Amino acid sequence: MTVNAEVPLVRSESGWFSRLGAAGNLGDWLFRRITALNALLVIVLIGAMAYEMTVASSLSLKEFGFGFITSTVWDPVRQIFGALPFIYGTVVSSLLALLIAVPISIGIAIYLSELAPAAVRAVLGPLVELLAAVPSVVYGLWGVFALAPWLRESVEPLLQAAFGFLPLFQGPHQGFGLLAGGIVLAIMILPTISSVAREVLRAVPMSLREGALALGATRWETVRTAVLPYALSGLIGAIILGLGRALGETMAITMVIGNRAEISASLFAPSYTMASVIANEFTEATEELYLAALAEIGLLLFVVTVVLNVVARLLVWRVGRMPSGGRL
Amino acid sequence: MKETSYQRRHIIDVAVRGACFAATLLALVPLVSVLYYVTVRGIGGISLDFLTQLPKPVGEKGGGMANAIVGTLELVGLACLFGIPPGVLAGVYLAEFGNTRFGKFVRFSADVMSGIPSITVGLFVFALVVMSTKRFSAYAGGFALAVLMLPTVTRATEELLKLVPESLREAGLGLGVPQWRVTLRVMLRTAAPGIATGIMLAVARVAGETAPLLFTAFSNRFWPSSLNEPTPSIPVQIFTYAVSPYEDWHEQAWAGALVLVTLVLLLNISARLLVRHRVRAR
Repeated sequence: MTVNAEVPLVRSESGWFSRLGAAGNLGDWLFRRITALNALLVIVLIGAMAYEMTVASSLSLKEFGFGFITSTVWDPVRQIFGALPFIYGTVVSSLLALLIAVPISIGIAIYLSELAPAAVRAVLGPLVELLAAVPSVVYGLWGVFALAPWLRESVEPLLQAAFGFLPLFQGPHQGFGLLAGGIVLAIMILPTISSVAREVLRAVPMSLREGALALGATRWETVRTAVLPYALSGLIGAIILGLGRALGETMAITMVIGNRAEISASLFAPSYTMASVIANEFTEATEELYLAALAEIGLLLFVVTVVLNVVARLLVWRVGRMPSGGRL
Repeated sequence: MKETSYQRRHIIDVAVRGACFAATLLALVPLVSVLYYVTVRGIGGISLDFLTQLPKPVGEKGGGMANAIVGTLELVGLACLFGIPPGVLAGVYLAEFGNTRFGKFVRFSADVMSGIPSITVGLFVFALVVMSTKRFSAYAGGFALAVLMLPTVTRATEELLKLVPESLREAGLGLGVPQWRVTLRVMLRTAAPGIATGIMLAVARVAGETAPLLFTAFSNRFWPSSLNEPTPSIPVQIFTYAVSPYEDWHEQAWAGALVLVTLVLLLNISARLLVRHRVRAR
């Protein structure tokens, strides 16, 4: 390692403040305060977000109270706003995304951190992470013109033929709907879950693996009996982080979910999410109450994702700080 | 009896390994499909006109996205201007003095902040900037993107500063250099290439963001003549075109997606190669 910094040999080079007698200590004092102020900015911004959105939604908070999240009527013309259809669409599409993404991404994390040969890992690891680099709107475009037609023509008829007795798979095949939304979300949260899960697995002490292998366990038995139990809370954290991302994801799902504020049992039916209704209607909303109702949806989303992220981060951090050999 | 038990365990081991490998390959299917579609459907729409002309009204052939390309560069530039300095300084604080209760809280908050949905950041900037200035502007859009960048830049700076060997700091301090100069001239400079990588990844991420721009920078079908007026961007333009009913616009959306994906992936991959190169050099 080379350092090409010009380190002054004489302290007097450090400028005007060295003449102030404290010989550079003033610089240290200032430096610490300035960087601390910038660090404070992170906290200030989160606080400001909470404040601004509460203020922006105060009208709606007062008008509808708790009923806002239990009412299904969303009628801008009559100025009646209830967010339940959006909450339903958000929750169902996100759970569907988790259902698809969790087994795959945990499998990826286990493969890349425990099982894959170094050469394979070096190739596949970055490729999986590239999934996170594709912009949301591009996934949306792909969803509209590639995924939705494929679902409509091939997947939905097949699902209906096999499981048509369940209400989940009834109704007309439209392509655009909860199923499409769930799949797109799953693709987008895969890299989040798998990369955090990989980090968690990396924090598992090597001695645990060595112990299991020395007792004659196969690679999978080592993972199952020694690695996974230790990493469990962190893996749950990774999944919750993925959930948080899915709840707040906007563009891709707006483009494929169909945007209809209805609650339907069928996965084929169009739906609407909290983030989508903000994206679609915010610039059109002119009445103050309408704007406030949309802002309240944003506030809800903000509060839920912050809580989820706090819980998830605590779980993930816990793995790194556990004493080696520690159990949950 | 014992033989079969070994065999069974071996078979399970191989099966699980195979399943995990299959999961990894399965995850790459959408990536390949997206890149394939974007390339095949986008390449036809790419032309000199597309890169240099303004959009034409519906129905007229031709036209391009040049204004959105310029707009995206403006927005990303402003985001860097607003987001990088505080992010780096906050990261320096966390690495150098962050072992306090305040430091831990900031670190935790930064991690939480990176999980806040981009659409709510858009709402926040709308309420804070657009409402008070009474107009959509590149400043508002750039600010929204900067807010999104901030936690990533902060944590990347911190992590990379912590990788710099303590012996360098000791050497600097031993020569009588004040701590702040050691941090800036030795520690930060040594970590600079890595921090640059972190910043490039953050830039690549926000360059493709659409949701926070919808009601901050808004959009515009003309050249952005001032930073204080509605500013078009590639992602918002793709969204507008994609959800429109017009065939011409769909083609433009794909071409725009190709430009955007190329931009983002170039940034992303070159950032990663930069790191790999450095690791090898060590």
